[in-house]
Amino acid sequence: MTQYVFRRLISMPLLLLGVATMAFFLSHFTQADPLSALVSERQMGNPEVVAAAKQRWGLDRSMPEQYAIYVKNLVTGDLGVSFRTRRPVLTDIAERLPATLELVIFAMLFGTTSGIVLGVVASRFHDRPADYAARFFALFGSTVPVFWSGLLLLYLFTVKFGLIPGPGRLDARADQPPFVTGMFTLDALLSGQFGTFLDALHHLVLPAFVLGWSVTGIISRLVRASMLDVLGQDYILAARAKGAGEARTLLRHALPNAMIPTLTIVGYSFAYLITGAVLTEAVFAWPGIGSYAVDSARTLDYPAIIGVSLIGATAFLLTNLVTDVAYAYANPRIKLG
Amino acid sequence: MGTSQQPLLNVRNLRVTLRNGLEIVRGVDFVAEAGKVLGIVGESGSGKSIMMRAAMGLSPSLSTVTGSIRLRGEELVGAHERRMQKLRGSKIGLVFQDPMSALNPVITIGKLIAEAVRLHNPDMSAAGVRRRTIELLDLVAVPQPELRANQYVHEFSGGMRQRVMIAMAIANNPEVLIADEPTTALDVTVQAQILEVLKNLQTRFSIGLILITHDLGVVAGTADTVVVMYAGKVMESGAVRDIFYRSRHPYTRGLLSCLPTISGNRSRLEPISGSPPLLSARPVGCPFHPRCSMAQNTCRSEEPKLRQVDDVLTACHFAESLRGVATGQWTSRAEHA
Repeated sequence: MTQYVFRRLISMPLLLLGVATMAFFLSHFTQADPLSALVSERQMGNPEVVAAAKQRWGLDRSMPEQYAIYVKNLVTGDLGVSFRTRRPVLTDIAERLPATLELVIFAMLFGTTSGIVLGVVASRFHDRPADYAARFFALFGSTVPVFWSGLLLLYLFTVKFGLIPGPGRLDARADQPPFVTGMFTLDALLSGQFGTFLDALHHLVLPAFVLGWSVTGIISRLVRASMLDVLGQDYILAARAKGAGEARTLLRHALPNAMIPTLTIVGYSFAYLITGAVLTEAVFAWPGIGSYAVDSARTLDYPAIIGVSLIGATAFLLTNLVTDVAYAYANPRIKLG
Repeated sequence: MGTSQQPLLNVRNLRVTLRNGLEIVRGVDFVAEAGKVLGIVGESGSGKSIMMRAAMGLSPSLSTVTGSIRLRGEELVGAHERRMQKLRGSKIGLVFQDPMSALNPVITIGKLIAEAVRLHNPDMSAAGVRRRTIELLDLVAVPQPELRANQYVHEFSGGMRQRVMIAMAIANNPEVLIADEPTTALDVTVQAQILEVLKNLQTRFSIGLILITHDLGVVAGTADTVVVMYAGKVMESGAVRDIFYRSRHPYTRGLLSCLPTISGNRSRLEPISGSPPLLSARPVGCPFHPRCSMAQNTCRSEEPKLRQVDDVLTACHFAESLRGVATGQWTSRAEHA
């Protein structure tokens, strides 16, 4: 097992280099010119300024040369400087990623738990009102776009009822907790600032709910389907024949089997949301990696685009690895090796 | 000893109707005695398995069970689910046809058996449960029980799985053990071993064993009494010798002529022509008449009642005409000619 994980980990840099290469050439082959982000519109007519900017950012060199320089820097852990923010991409990411991670972790906690609960309930009361209700809630979450449900809930809970603070990660007057992980809830707890923790949590509830709701839909439908499949198996009847009660049969005998196919989707959703939470981040003014990715792509900010691609790829590779390990743990018929 | 005067399992006019309105068990009577083996024989779809699931209160959802099943005088039809949970696995054990699918793939064998013990002995110590688990594996002759208890189903062969299934079913010394085609899914060489395990345990703990099978050969060596079922009804019942040598029913005779004999004096086996009627298209009159060589007009209009004819209870209008016809001599074709 340790050996397997180790082998997977050492193959990761090579895969990431591949991703960086693809991102590099894809962004360079687009027809647009990144100069518009580097030189103000008024100066565009001034050949001297343009030439100086090109030289300053290395854009005067040939594409293979640029690539070689990029890879050389990448190997030393340097992701370059963003055209747009004029700061090292790594610094930008270190600032943005924890915000997204915090949001996605809470969203996944909510989405996975509610998805499993709803899926189990729906399968237990198969084709009865509880099933329909669970399916409606789930379908609603996975089909209604976030920019609509997010705005609606923000309007209801913030404007109408005043129950939840507006967009952002913390109250505007509050100080950020000392930086440890960059996740405000965790950092606040680590430094013992309980008030800040509650404030951060309060701000998290709505965006995490909206983002997690879409996951609820996928997971509950998957759990329901595989639970229905598992509940028809002989070993369920055997559990009942032993004298196991309903709860025990469902949770101890059926659910662990039904969770095996579900694990894949949980892992995939997590990795996907790391870079895919853009809409939620936009609605709730959440300074995350998703909105950073969109801004970078819009201005053709090569270093930032590649940096974000690498983050997304790393997220996928790591969650895939975790999923595979969890798979082997959940299903004794699978041996890693 | 008021309760011990009662028959172990007394089934009267048992009917099971599926949710689509089809009656799969249509008024069945039989008695299982303590310490004896009752064989229930019938082709697939004759209702024998559904009937035994009804006895455990595990009928398919939305089916209805009427009539009476008394365990030592206690009525089980309509009994409260909590009461049935107490009885299942403690007073009544169940062994399944296919041990491949009847053991949970993600729980170790030891834990599966331990669960059966603990469900009915909640106060037993962990060490006690463990001891009992090993003892049970030993009873069904699983070699190296301490080692095997920590393994999963997929690490067991078919025969070993069925032994585990049996160990689970007898964990709490049940009075009734229902074995639903316990050898059908196994290799022929293993079948005899499993029957021997069952028979040994039955004698040793004087269990009332109900052996459901489609194979009269299985019944011949093990059962004390036999019930022959066809299309959800009892066709004939009696002591095993009487059924084999003095059957008064053409269906039983037909089943017997499908059996190879050890003397080999039967040149070829005589299959019963045709197939059992569909649930939805049961013939009027005697359910067996379309396949019966003795069928007369009466058989097509009037359903025969179970009645005593010589040594057996039989449901045939013309049972008396089979007197003096030795089982071996009787074949469906000869009669037809």
